[in-house]
Amino acid sequence: MNTLTLALRNLLRNRRRSLATLLAMILGSVAVLVFGGYSSNLVYGLQTGFVQSSGHLQIQRKDYFLFGSGNPTAYGIADYERIVAAIRQDPVMQKLVTVVTPSLQLGGIAGNFSAGVSRTVIGSGVVVTDQNAMLQWNDYHFPTRKTRRAALLGTEDDSVLIGKGVARVLQLCAPLHVEHCAAPAPVARASSSATAMPDDLADLSKSSTVSPVAAPPTRIELLVANPNGAPNVMSVNAVKAVDFGVKELDDVSVVMHLPQAQHLVYGNAAPQATAIVIQLQHTSQIPQAQQRLRQLIEAQFGRDQLEIQDYRTLNPFYGQIVTMFGAMFGFIALLIGAIVLFTVSNTMSMVVVERTMEIGTLRAIGLRRGGIRRLFLCEGLMLGIIGAVLGVLISLLVAALINQSGITWLPPGRVERIPLTVRIWGKDALIAGTALGLIGVAVLSAVWPANRAARMQVVDALRHV
Amino acid sequence: MQPVVLRGVSKSYLLDSVEVRALSDVNVEIFPGRFTVISGASGSGKSTLLNLIGCIDRPSAGSISVDGHDVLAMSDDGLTDFRASHLGFVFQNFNLLPVLTAYENVEYPLILARMPASKRKARVGELLASVGLSDKARHLPGQLSGGQRQRVAIARALATAPRFVMADEPTANLDSGTGRAIIDLMRAIQREHRVSFVFSSHDPQVMAEADDAIRIRDGQVIDVVRREQSSLPIR
Repeated sequence: MNTLTLALRNLLRNRRRSLATLLAMILGSVAVLVFGGYSSNLVYGLQTGFVQSSGHLQIQRKDYFLFGSGNPTAYGIADYERIVAAIRQDPVMQKLVTVVTPSLQLGGIAGNFSAGVSRTVIGSGVVVTDQNAMLQWNDYHFPTRKTRRAALLGTEDDSVLIGKGVARVLQLCAPLHVEHCAAPAPVARASSSATAMPDDLADLSKSSTVSPVAAPPTRIELLVANPNGAPNVMSVNAVKAVDFGVKELDDVSVVMHLPQAQHLVYGNAAPQATAIVIQLQHTSQIPQAQQRLRQLIEAQFGRDQLEIQDYRTLNPFYGQIVTMFGAMFGFIALLIGAIVLFTVSNTMSMVVVERTMEIGTLRAIGLRRGGIRRLFLCEGLMLGIIGAVLGVLISLLVAALINQSGITWLPPGRVERIPLTVRIWGKDALIAGTALGLIGVAVLSAVWPANRAARMQVVDALRHV
Repeated sequence: MQPVVLRGVSKSYLLDSVEVRALSDVNVEIFPGRFTVISGASGSGKSTLLNLIGCIDRPSAGSISVDGHDVLAMSDDGLTDFRASHLGFVFQNFNLLPVLTAYENVEYPLILARMPASKRKARVGELLASVGLSDKARHLPGQLSGGQRQRVAIARALATAPRFVMADEPTANLDSGTGRAIIDLMRAIQREHRVSFVFSSHDPQVMAEADDAIRIRDGQVIDVVRREQSSLPIR
């Protein structure tokens, strides 16, 4: 008859009360685990989205991240093809990467001169096949109803994607079949010159366009400044308006084929890229990849020319979301911990009062104060262990039911509804942390009642009725 | 084996900020190997005296020596260990642990005394046999009658072979027939196990059985009557 066995039997003595206490603990642990599993899934989803679009790491010209947004083309990497080749051929990196691809960011103005409208845009030149490969990254095994593919895949060289906001402002919603896109009210024009492109821009556009085609209604002009500050204009074909998930992106984004973007910015000069995007097999490989990339860059390209940024730095929104959900999780865990603390403490206090004479008897027949304290702490521990085990099992069941329910929702930064998923199974740290936390709270709850029991005078306890 | 010796023992306690003197300048000796009964009216202080002898309470003044040990000089843990090894207790309400079987209740003091499991089994079996409850070993207290519970309590009190067994009105919650049987059992055990019993009681059956009778009134010992023949040879 050890203390743990005695503690367990004492818990079974008043089954209804023990069950009520366990229920509070189980509900608490289910709430913590389900929210933890939900927020984990959300964070993984965001990470997946960012990694699919901008990779785990990017090699950029030094200071591009800080100052390049004002003039991206001034921070081009001239020998980007050599760097891409070096990474692809490196035996260490070969084991880590899934995609290494150059990209070019540019800033300019998109104009639909037939409608007399224009707006500033931020363009991205991408290798479409590489972008398509990046979209297949799914390290967290999200359910996909259809295989995603890059929208520019298989399009002509002068094709571009534009954000729905860009399409709206440029009045391309009708030809691009954009739903829920209001047409503007007619505005009285000062002159009829808006119906035709200015001659000087038309000349520039003709000189930059590789294969001019008959102008369809989706034809737009892109105007950018080259690295020397001179304007370049290119006529491109907007093949699709896409939802980038965030209005600020939707209103400015243009995605195009890399060679076309390079031609637009650099003309007939040597093409450059503003970033080399590296997607790894697993996010956990970032430190290893960073270390190896630094070695490669220092050995072959000079240590002061380039720098490496990870996806968290490139996407501050991700870090903010992670921090926000971490804070919410901590708050919920603290709140539930406090509820469990008071519930178990109340139960243990009642137990001590009810068993006062028993405490006196045990002390009289030779159990020390420490033994009494241990007995009640063990009862708290047993409550905690049983509550934690049942809580984890029921949480897994609840998570499975939610995951199978087919409920979908639209998370921030996403353009399509995704299944509501609670990711608990396999989240060992979350499960262990919650279980140990619950056990710790249960033991802590028993400390005060256990001390009170241990401090009782034998003779007073024996007189208790 | 040495007697219990109380010298100038007083005990006061506060009852709603009023000091109540439960015992006043008590000088008494409890001799080993005898059946000693402390008797008196309700509120006379007999239970207080028994608690002091049983080392579960401390006096306000005076000295107490049990089997040659100055119990007032002991720490709380030391006194607890001393009770475990030298004293046994039988309570009016039996005070068995309800979640333990009869066997486990008797075994518990032996676990506290760290007796090896193999020896415990033999000892518990022997004790349950001596109180006639071998067939009730696996019964919980709730499944036993009052008399059977008190027998288990007696077996538990004897588990560690104590020098003295304190019995606080052990027959008060039993009918007279069962009470008589319990007294006879205690007397038989006293002779068989050579243990001293100290009772607080006003049950005439118990008082009639006493070797030594200590009468107490208003917290003072008014007389001590001792039979000349002791119950058994002192070990």
